[in-house]
Amino acid sequence: MSTTTAGAQPAATTEADEAAVRKAISSISRPPRASAVSSALTFGWRGMLKVKHVPEQLLDVTITPVMFVVMFTYLFGGAIAGSTGEYLDYILPGILVMSVLFTTVYSGVALNTDLTKGVVDRFRSLPIWSPSPLLGSLIGDSARYLLGGTVIIVVGLILGFRPDAGIVGILAALGLVVVFAFGLSWVFTTLGLLLRSPSAVLNAGFMGIFPLTFLSNVFVEPDTLPRGLQAFVEVNPISILATASRGLMHGGAQTSDILIVLAVAAGLTAVFAPLTTRMYRRG
Amino acid sequence: MPSAPPLAIEASGLVKSFGDTRAVDGVDLTVASGSVYGVLGPNGAGKTTTIRMLATLLRPDAGSASVLGHDIVREADAVRGAVSLTGQLASVDEDLTGRENLILIGRLLGFRHRPARARADELLDAFGLSEAAGKLVKHFSGGMRRRLDLAASIVITPRLMFLDEPTTGLDPRSRNQVWSIIRALVASGTTILLCTQYLEEADQLCDRIAVIDRGKVIAEGTPGKLKASVGAGALRVRLLDPGERDDAARMLERELGAVTLESDPAALSVACADANRAARAVAELAGSGVGVAGFSLGQPSLDEVFLALTGRSAQDAEAEHGTADQEQAA
Repeated sequence: MSTTTAGAQPAATTEADEAAVRKAISSISRPPRASAVSSALTFGWRGMLKVKHVPEQLLDVTITPVMFVVMFTYLFGGAIAGSTGEYLDYILPGILVMSVLFTTVYSGVALNTDLTKGVVDRFRSLPIWSPSPLLGSLIGDSARYLLGGTVIIVVGLILGFRPDAGIVGILAALGLVVVFAFGLSWVFTTLGLLLRSPSAVLNAGFMGIFPLTFLSNVFVEPDTLPRGLQAFVEVNPISILATASRGLMHGGAQTSDILIVLAVAAGLTAVFAPLTTRMYRRG
Repeated sequence: MPSAPPLAIEASGLVKSFGDTRAVDGVDLTVASGSVYGVLGPNGAGKTTTIRMLATLLRPDAGSASVLGHDIVREADAVRGAVSLTGQLASVDEDLTGRENLILIGRLLGFRHRPARARADELLDAFGLSEAAGKLVKHFSGGMRRRLDLAASIVITPRLMFLDEPTTGLDPRSRNQVWSIIRALVASGTTILLCTQYLEEADQLCDRIAVIDRGKVIAEGTPGKLKASVGAGALRVRLLDPGERDDAARMLERELGAVTLESDPAALSVACADANRAARAVAELAGSGVGVAGFSLGQPSLDEVFLALTGRSAQDAEAEHGTADQEQAA
């Protein structure tokens, strides 16, 4: 990565030079302040750079989803739907939802880890639009969600997933899942600021997201469930998201489902984004 | 630079508690524009909490302060626009390279892509970091990290800069480099509020010093005044031959006053503030044929200043305040 060229005067290039420092101090004029959009995108760029330097951190959004698709398809396919091919059509949109939503917990973990570092003090002391560090890192995370989702769909297509609504349907479903994940990740950033350690955020996050995901129609239709549970599954926003995604991929999506998903995402953002921002500012 | 208000910082009665601990307990500060003001005290005395309140990172529980004429609570954004902060933990991103760190700050301050890159390269050159520019900061040495931190603080030259223990943990060479950067900033007209545990650092750089203990300012003044109030430093002489110590003690006592015989049988010391008088006394000693192995004129340490001001040592104060520091970190 480093393309070091041998310096002729090593001493001159490894120490601060008081004259050069004075010149550097006096040589600039202050530009107009960064706009809200520009500072948020700059923080998004920061997130991308981290991935560039440590690409291993993409494992959780690439390998894990592949495992989920293969495992669920071949393990449960025969038992639940009679054949793996048929189950794949049902489960793939569900796994897309589950995998991407699981990833949102890591947004809170990452924020909690960030807080232990000195750089947050600098961000908080800069004259920038105050939500931009948080918004920016969630923009970066959304790119991860998109990547994870794409991996799942590609693996599904390889295994024989053939949705009726074609590529347009797939993209629409992927977009809807990422939008919902963006809204949900604000809940976990709030949690990330509330709890004391990254592992506490991880545990608490999964304690919430795990039951919510399994008590949905991601894996099976709720017809065989006890009545109370069935009622819960039907109003669970994750079920509605899974149903909408299936509809978009296979055709026949209900507009009302899509609107509910978008409204829940907007609602979560409206409540938790200002909460996270205020807590981040206060430190 | 627009005409600065005569006072860069005006704080009165600042209070901040963490749980039951009053980390800052009624601090008043008055810092003139263009000056270097030192806040001196042991770990846990309340220095960092004070600086974090002034830099708008913490909201005071009571009291008020204005920085460059702006209230730190009501006009926090205006304060942020004119100051920069170099925190106790290096305020740079360890997972990015040196250059990326400076470009990031440049972009956040409103530079477009190309000027942000140019500014980053200019600063990397000036701070002797151009060779390491492409390395991740987590692989930087302590001194390099601190220089990058200072560079990040002057991407736009601030009118006031907060420095929280900028040389703690650095080797003497890196420390001297940091001091020279601070002097360059002062020469450009930046006001500096410097927290430190080292009297020598405050003495080298500051126009005025506030000594802080248990969240309160316990002494304030110029470094000279402060040292004088403590009773100066000491001349310490070590002889070639312990047998000559009594002779040497008589001679030094005549020149400078009461001599302390140290546990080292060849060493003795005497309180003395005046370097000229100390030099004459040592010359006299050597001239009379006493073999001098070495001598030093020491400044009073923070510990001596502390002992004189509070009746307890700085270490005791630190032990007592250990919990407050942990709270600050949380």
